Formats: sequence, structure tokens, C-alpha cells
Amino acid sequence: MRIEEHPILAFEKRTRVEFLFDGQKMWGYEGEPIAAALHANGVKVLRRSIKLNRPRGFYCAIGNCSSCFMTVNGEPNVRTCVTKLEPGMLVETQKGKGELGKAKIKPASPSRAEVKSTEIAVIGGGPAGLSAAASANHMGAKVTLLDRNSKLGGQLVKQTHKFFGSEDQYASIRGIDIANILADRLDREKTDIMLDTAVLGYYREDGILTAQRNDKFIKIRPKKIIVATGASERVLAFPNNDLPGIYGAGATQTLMNEHGVVPGNNVLMVGAGNVGLIVSYQLMQAGINVAAIIDAAPTITGYLVHAAKVRRLGIPIYTSHTVKEAYGKESLERATIWSLDENWQPIEGTEIDFDVDVMCIAVGLSPLNELLWQAGCQMKYIPELGGHTTLRNEDMETTVKGIYVAGDVAGVEEATSAMVEGTLAGLCAAKSLGYDNGRFKELRQETINQLETLRSGPGSQLIRNGLEQAITK
Amino acid sequence: MLEKTGLPTSEDLARVSPSKERLSRGPVAIIECFQRIPCNPCYTACKRGAIKEFKDINDLPEIDFELCNGCALCVSKCPGLAIFVIDQTFSEKEALVKIPYEFLPVPEKGEVVDALDRKGERVSKARVVKVTRFKDNTHVISVAVPKELSMEVRNIKPQRDRYEH
Repeated sequence: MRIEEHPILAFEKRTRVEFLFDGQKMWGYEGEPIAAALHANGVKVLRRSIKLNRPRGFYCAIGNCSSCFMTVNGEPNVRTCVTKLEPGMLVETQKGKGELGKAKIKPASPSRAEVKSTEIAVIGGGPAGLSAAASANHMGAKVTLLDRNSKLGGQLVKQTHKFFGSEDQYASIRGIDIANILADRLDREKTDIMLDTAVLGYYREDGILTAQRNDKFIKIRPKKIIVATGASERVLAFPNNDLPGIYGAGATQTLMNEHGVVPGNNVLMVGAGNVGLIVSYQLMQAGINVAAIIDAAPTITGYLVHAAKVRRLGIPIYTSHTVKEAYGKESLERATIWSLDENWQPIEGTEIDFDVDVMCIAVGLSPLNELLWQAGCQMKYIPELGGHTTLRNEDMETTVKGIYVAGDVAGVEEATSAMVEGTLAGLCAAKSLGYDNGRFKELRQETINQLETLRSGPGSQLIRNGLEQAITK
Repeated sequence: MLEKTGLPTSEDLARVSPSKERLSRGPVAIIECFQRIPCNPCYTACKRGAIKEFKDINDLPEIDFELCNGCALCVSKCPGLAIFVIDQTFSEKEALVKIPYEFLPVPEKGEVVDALDRKGERVSKARVVKVTRFKDNTHVISVAVPKELSMEVRNIKPQRDRYEH
């Protein structure tokens, strides 16, 4: 099913194409992810688990989790949530580990790749990366901006709600529009934008970043690197949590707001933080019912104005509740929740059943910091910031000189502070190359002050505790 | 309690409500924002200086009900959709409530819709008096409701048979 009309979004007109799913003819839009096209055709089961043959669907929908592997045109282990649909594609349910069989796959050859030099490589074109690139540009530095997606904006492209903050931080503008504003701030003369380019690794001894763009292998030698790769959605442990229909809340948001596909009819939202509350509201905007929002914590952790918005739509919020079990044959059909006592222990007899075909998991994010591990940056496990976090100084530089971080990868917060962190990292990386438009000192102080103000409210206590451990002197 | 249920208590509401006397003198905004978060567009939206400048962006908004004329510019601007305008002088039995609205279908002037309270429960019918459309799609819908419900009604829902009444 497709979303036909939407109060905020206008979906572009796209070309309908036919493809085959396990021999059955289906249609989708050219260029949309294969998994989105399948979901619109009612197909949620994408593969079978290797040992127990359990049905599996996608979980993250943005290329992080590998839950959506299918065999496409004979090639196994294709991430269908980020692989674009082409006319006549042969899409098959993947069983087991997948075999190459007769598929002709030519690995990209590293030896023949030429090395591209750049002043600053910014990895990730979301709110932090875009802001970093723009501020480095404004100081005078040349930037190569790399993003594995086909358009800039990162996860802003699905944020249909208006942002908080002040005018400086685009308050009261929707995330989808902020993505365009930030992209317009780039100095195109000074920025080489490389989309559909996945950075694969960083080799410290050679100072080389490797990347893949379509079938091409690329080597980049940057003077400075700003890592702004974001974060990935966490999972929650309960019986049958692998059933198709149980998705990350952000994945559901991608499916409906980016691709215009209806995720289901009736949703249980797990998590009453900002993501859970916002996505619940956006589901209702897309015409999809939300049966309830639950959270294991005794209080709502998201902004109370977001909570008020979903309450007046008639959605109940159950605090001190968690998922007991999910049920369904091939995909989610029902879920049971139960209440937790003050020691977070479940209480027998408090079960409530919901007939839901979608469960959204909004229990936090973890930094996507594989590149930083590989680069040898010093890490620390800081639960307040989403798990393993890269240590860095006040200027966003990590313990490896010349490598900076910004946004959720530097500690999970939200998009507004990600933008300001990006601005700071861009300024400082450019300055370290000798660029200064005469305003460096003033701008640096301004961004540091903005961050401090954004984090000074009572809702940011955990962030402040976390940052105290992450920021080196 | 607000942090558990998402619903403000009567004490929470009393702290942000205009006085009965002020309400009896015409349209005025009520800002149902109870938590310190970094956000200030209500201040920048107000052209009359009724919403005071924030010393710290995390401060709760402060509104001077004497300066507010209920123009509702802030209603569409508030990212939290937490501001409403109440006009108890609308008619003898009815009050006007201006509500931010981001759903489809956008009701039309003259249409009768369901009036919902803060829990999303239907408390009465409401008549759409005015629809102010904004480019960014946070429209402001002015509905007439029974006067005694003006501090309860905070959402609307088009009726299923909206074209048949």
C-alpha cells in the first residue's frame, strides 16, 4: 500500500516499473529501495535465518543492520533496503548464507584505483557533516563530502516535524526543509560532493580513506578528516523480536516519509523518548493508527509537548511497561506488554494484548563509529551517549590528530546540536590547515556557547554527564 | 502527573491560564508549555511583544496577557504545537478556540467537526469558523465550541460523513 495524500509531504511523480519477486510479477517505482517496493506489495519476509529458518524482514531500512539481505539478479546478500529497484529485476527470498552460483560479480580492483587528494574529507552528509563542510568552506578550505546515499541530508530527509532551538538553529522549520537549507550553504566551488559513495576504511599508516562508488573503488588522501557518520537504531530483547513487522522507529519513518509506503495498519510504539513520540505523531499524519506508546521508564523521556500532541490524538502512553512477547506466523500479528515494578521487574497478571501488525522500537541509538575504531581513536563506553564513544577535545578533534567527529557519532544527541558540533569541527579543521577568514576566534566561541546553551536544560542532564567523560582536556 | 501521562494537571494549567477577567475581555493565547527545553520561536513570532524575550533559551515562555490580542501567529510557529487562542467573547453561548492542525483532511469553513480534549476524547461538536492556511502546513483552525469547554477542547477531528450533514 502507498500513501496517497499527506498533510506535509508531496511525493514526487516516479516511473512505475515491473520486477519479479520469487517468480511473481510486481510493480514498484524505479529507483526506490527494493525492500520499499516489496513492502508496498505486501511482502515483509525478505529472507530466512541461516540456522532456524525463521522469517526475517528489514529492521533499520537505511543500510546498517543486514536484516534485509536478499538475492538480486543472482547476487546474494544484497541490502535491499538501500539497493535501488530497476526494471525487470529478479528478486528472490534468500535462504541460508547465499551462494554466488552463476552470478557474475567483478570485485572492484584496489590496485588500479587512483588516489584523489583533498584538504578535508567530511564523511556523512547529514546535519553534522553538511554543517561541517559549509563552515570549513566559509573559512576557505576545500572539502570532499562523502555520503553513501543518493541525496544529501542524512536522516533529516524524513523529519517532517518542526525543530526546536533558536532562529540560528533553524527553529520552527521542518527537518526536511533544513536539509535543503544546509545543502544550499555549501560553497560548491570549494566542495566536491560525492554521493552514492560508501567509505570503506581508513588506513592510518598511509593516510588513505578507501571508498566505493557503484562498482568503482576509490582512494582518497585527505589532510584532515571529519567523521559525521551518525548512529544506528538499537534493538530490544524479547521473545520473537525478529518477526517481520518489528522495525526500528526510524525505519518506519524512512518507509513512510521518504518512500511513501504504508508500514502497516496498527502500530505499537516501544519508547516514549522524542523518537517514539515524534514517529507516533507522524504515523497518525500518514493515516496509520497507533494503538499505544509504551516505555519501560517510569516517566516520559521525550519532550512533554510532543507527548501532549500524541495524547490529544487519542494515543495512550503506558510508562513502566515493556514488551513481554510478540506473536505471529510469518510476520507480527499480536503483542503482549506487561508492567514493571520500581525495580524494573515485570509483574505477572498485568498483561495487555494488542492486535498490531507493526511494532516500532525506539529505545535509543548507538554511534556508527567503525571508522574511528579502525583509525585507532581512543574509545570509552559511555551509556549516556549511546555506548562506545570517541574521546575528543573541545574542538571536536579525536585522540588521533587530524581526525574530527561531529553529530551522533560523537555521542547520540539530536540534530540541532549535531549541526552546531559540525560547524565547530569544520571551523577547527580548517583553522588547523591555516585557513582563517578573520573570524575564527569569534565563531569558535559562538558555537561553543550555543552548544552549552542547548545542553543547559534539565532534559540534557544525561548528555552533560556523558560529555564530561568524552571531552578530553 | 504530567511526566507520567503527558496530560497537564489542573494546577499545571492554572499556572499558564489567563485570568477569568482577562478571558472575558476577548481573544488571548494560552501557552501549554510546561518543561524547560531549548526553544524560543514563540518569542520571535510575536509582533506585539506580548511574549517576552528569553534570557535563557531554556526558560519557559512568559506572556503578558494584556499585550496579547490573540492574533495566533505564535500558534502556527510553535514547534511543539502547544499554543492555543481562546476567545470567550465570540457569542453568548460559544467560545472560539484556535487550534494548530497538521492533518488531512483540512476542514472547511462551516463544517461541523468533533471537538476533542487533551486525551483525544470527543467532548462535543465544533463548528469551523475560520481556516487560516500557512505555507508550512501548520494551519490554524478556529472552531466555535460551548463556552464551558473552551479550556478543554484542544483538537478536532473531521466527522466521517463530513460532506453529508
